[in-house]
Amino acid sequence: MSARIVVAGASMAGLRAAEQLRAAGWTGAITLVGDEPHMPYNRPPLSKEVLAGKAPFASLAFRPRASVSDVEWRLGTKVVASRLSERIVELDDGSTLSYDGLVVATGMRPRRLRCPGPLAGRHTVRTLADAQGLRDELTRPGARLVVVGAGFIGCEVAATAVGLGVREVTVVDPLPLPMVGPLGELLGRALLERHEQRGVRFALGTSVAGFEGEDRVTGVVLADSTVLPADVVVESVGSVANTEWLDGNGLDLTDGVLTDEQLRVGGRPEVVAVGDVARFPNARYDGVPRRVEHWCIPTDTARHAAKVLVAHLTGADAEPAPFAPLPTFWSDQHDFRLQSFGAPALGTGDVRVLDGDPAADVLVGYHHDGRLVGVVALGGPAAGSAAARHRAELLKQPALSAQGSS
Amino acid sequence: MKVVVDMNKCQDHGQCVFAAPDVFQLDENGRLGYVSDPDDALRDEVEEAADVCPLQAIRIEA
Repeated sequence: MSARIVVAGASMAGLRAAEQLRAAGWTGAITLVGDEPHMPYNRPPLSKEVLAGKAPFASLAFRPRASVSDVEWRLGTKVVASRLSERIVELDDGSTLSYDGLVVATGMRPRRLRCPGPLAGRHTVRTLADAQGLRDELTRPGARLVVVGAGFIGCEVAATAVGLGVREVTVVDPLPLPMVGPLGELLGRALLERHEQRGVRFALGTSVAGFEGEDRVTGVVLADSTVLPADVVVESVGSVANTEWLDGNGLDLTDGVLTDEQLRVGGRPEVVAVGDVARFPNARYDGVPRRVEHWCIPTDTARHAAKVLVAHLTGADAEPAPFAPLPTFWSDQHDFRLQSFGAPALGTGDVRVLDGDPAADVLVGYHHDGRLVGVVALGGPAAGSAAARHRAELLKQPALSAQGSS
Repeated sequence: MKVVVDMNKCQDHGQCVFAAPDVFQLDENGRLGYVSDPDDALRDEVEEAADVCPLQAIRIEA
């Protein structure tokens, strides 16, 4: 039998991994296993264009490179268990697959609230089916929406809902400002103001105690017993790594699957992890392993991990430099965009306006030990271009840990 | 190599410019311009540009 690499997960990270395995010279078999029935598709539009009814599925599907036209797709199928020492994975249809190389690309699923109350009317936004189901309910006349969680997805959904003409849109979060964890207070405040000006209401500094309603949700009960009337609820309260299938292999699976600086898993050269399930040290920063849920990460991790895996399987000795991506993300909300380069979350203790004004287009710098570690632009295209001009500077910065600072 | 950008999809993120600066550029107004028939030697960077486009608006033909 010819050599085979199994890619567990058939979303963007799985597709990019397959393409990069070919680009790295792998000519053996590749099998992708994914639980969704669809070919890989682009998720960022789910909370925006798909919810707004502007993007059909055909416009979301990735166009796989010609180099992967011969790979095997096992869609609508899930990897449920694994025996890494035997190089075997088990699927939910009862079959097993043996492999020479394994790529972990099973991603994340939305975290759900566990407080009491009915389930009907409560949504998450991760899959195409999620977004379509939410749209059906939001477009009913008079619908009132409560979004739990003022992170990026929650704020995007709130903005899209306002654009759809939803009568009341309220965002609840225990933190005092939206997106304050990743962006800090200065931008958090600017974003709160912009959302409020455009019709989004906020209940901040409070948490959800439960849901009212018999068969379906009619209201969201806050910690102080206030009830926000709601016909539709979106839970955007973080995500949970799909790693249960790796249990029993002695791996560190606390918050995703831990990798080394080459994206290898559990000291096994034939197993790598890609995408937002991978908790990897970034040699550009402090070397602390973190999961990163940015859209750029599936592509960045796939390119590196594929090289490492193919080099091992083909007997090449060369080891690439440790993985050190420059993260980037964006978020479109209402009529403005956030554009980030670097790791602003590592510098929220020292935030400076580099250009512009928080009330208009603004460029903000994030510093760690006095050094620039990230920039975020808020506003129109001009702000994005201003952020891009700092990208080269961020790329030139020496590694944080190499400086020996705290 | 032939490159086509769906300008109805493009939202001027500029990620392609970082990946393949010889092929993609943003003008003074932040609008995308590109070389539609780049040299084959640039294939790797054009493929990377297509990968990193948030709107997946870049198509490589032949």
